[in-house]
Amino acid sequence: MNPTASTRSRTGNAVIHSVFLLLSIAIVAPFLLIVSVSLTDEKALTTFGYSFFPSRFSLIAYDFILRTPGVLLRAYGNTILITVTGTLLSLLITSMAAYTISRRDYKWRTALTIYIFFTMLFSGGLVPFYILMTQYLHLKDSLWAIILPGMLSPFYVLIMKGFMGKIPYELIESAKVDGAREWRIFFRMILPLSTPALATLGLFIGFNYWNEWFNALLFIDNDKLVPLQLLLVRIMNTLDFLRNNSEFIQSLGLDMSQLPNESMRMALVILVAGPMMFVFPFFQKYFVQGITVGSLKG
Amino acid sequence: MRQSEAVTRFAAAEGKKRSRRKFRSGDKELTFLALPAVIYIFIFSYLTMFGVIIAFKNYRYDKGIWGSEWVGLDNFKFFFLTEKALIVTRNTVLYNVWFWIVTTFCALLVAILLNEISRKWSKYYQTVMFLPTFVSWVVIMYLAQIFLHHDYGFVNRLLGSIGGERVRWYLEPAYWPMILTLAHLWKSIGFSALVYYAGIVAIDPSYYEAARMDGATRFQMVRKITIPMLAPLITILLIMTIGSMFRGDFGLHFFVSGNSPLLYNTVDIIDTFVYRALSVSGDISMAAAVGLYQSLVGFVLVVAANYTVRKINEENSLW
Repeated sequence: MNPTASTRSRTGNAVIHSVFLLLSIAIVAPFLLIVSVSLTDEKALTTFGYSFFPSRFSLIAYDFILRTPGVLLRAYGNTILITVTGTLLSLLITSMAAYTISRRDYKWRTALTIYIFFTMLFSGGLVPFYILMTQYLHLKDSLWAIILPGMLSPFYVLIMKGFMGKIPYELIESAKVDGAREWRIFFRMILPLSTPALATLGLFIGFNYWNEWFNALLFIDNDKLVPLQLLLVRIMNTLDFLRNNSEFIQSLGLDMSQLPNESMRMALVILVAGPMMFVFPFFQKYFVQGITVGSLKG
Repeated sequence: MRQSEAVTRFAAAEGKKRSRRKFRSGDKELTFLALPAVIYIFIFSYLTMFGVIIAFKNYRYDKGIWGSEWVGLDNFKFFFLTEKALIVTRNTVLYNVWFWIVTTFCALLVAILLNEISRKWSKYYQTVMFLPTFVSWVVIMYLAQIFLHHDYGFVNRLLGSIGGERVRWYLEPAYWPMILTLAHLWKSIGFSALVYYAGIVAIDPSYYEAARMDGATRFQMVRKITIPMLAPLITILLIMTIGSMFRGDFGLHFFVSGNSPLLYNTVDIIDTFVYRALSVSGDISMAAAVGLYQSLVGFVLVVAANYTVRKINEENSLW
């Protein structure tokens, strides 16, 4: 309980709660709408449009997608691979760098700190990055093109450093007296002590990788390497293309009306975004902790 | 007891004597710990900074960076002579300023209200408000379609049912500043409110106690305690906003608008412009020039903003 809440009047409380109720509705409504559309019969959609309650309930969209799950499963596989590998590598190099600059007795502490944080102020921009990735590192059509660019963020180093700086120096010193070398101190002592910060950052980084589309958009052409978000972009574009080119469809002999395309798209969105939506409330308390722990000012 | 104290003191003295040698080896080991990050940053940040010379060249893939011919400032000239330069710069800056004002105002309000109710409820509301933070812009593009689709869209159906005219949202630039503002607010409110809420929770409760003793009203407490105490946080976030004044949210402007060409004048920002110059028109060197312009102005802005804040109140500056 915060000390001020008790003095609040009943009507005041009611007003605040109704404000939050409205806000909650405004935030949840779009999600409900998308679920409803994915569960509506395609014909009903074309006559009645999108609405919050399925005018005619149908699971055909999900049936269509899950009958040939190959594409979706592959995208899932890619995204999971990217998320897991990326998050682990990212946590490792972020915490290693953060620990080094959190050590007050490290000789190149200031130099290294400036080296890391200058990159927050100035960057070469998209084009040199694109050319580096494609012409020099040859990462076009490789999952590394999605993993590598987001691996180290100076901002996360800052948060991690804030956390590690609070670990008492006496601990490190006594480990040294016991003859431990720096690597051992870091992996055996500092990392286990930093679990809360690692968990928070890991979640942030994990969500970033799960939702990553920009680098995929730039670097992935190969159908086999498409992650979930890029799959959504592609499907939107493909359906737009088909819809705007009816001659093309006729020449192919496709009957577009057979395809539950509106509801199928929304069902796909649910299948892509859904898992994270369910997972995230369980982690929310870590986020709150993490933000309070990592002070903004270095 | 005394003995152990003596041992510690001895160890400390000994440590000081040996510290030079010992810490030097420690320095080496620590450097190895930082090495992966150092190499990573060198490749992905410093090499790309060096890559800005592309902006002064006529870049050709077959000739590479070194082989391409120098053209001086031609790429910049080419960009600044078009009216595009003015439009995308104006859009980027105005959207950023506007989003900052709207988000700060709403997030502060939400954070203050969150603090007025019990922790249990505030946790529920926070969870709900946090949902959109973890949805990608690609998903939001689909959400926007559900609302704005011309034939089936929820908004047009609603307009139809109350006898209004349907609107071709994706062809009408006039509505987009509002739509983008709503989308931005919807996605960012949870996170921003949490940042301010964490700031409010950190305020020493004794201030409020004292104020209540003196008979201050709720509103007075907010105005005289909460807002001033949050000022440093607001300033830091403002500096960061000013620093990224020339950078926009690519996903918001690219996906939510459906990348519809008719909307370019209203929704295009420098980031989407560069992306299109790179991927669609293939004008690599001009895109690089625009990117450099963006980085340089951003750099100058953040340094200037920090300098100004330092002049006013050193406590509030970023460095």
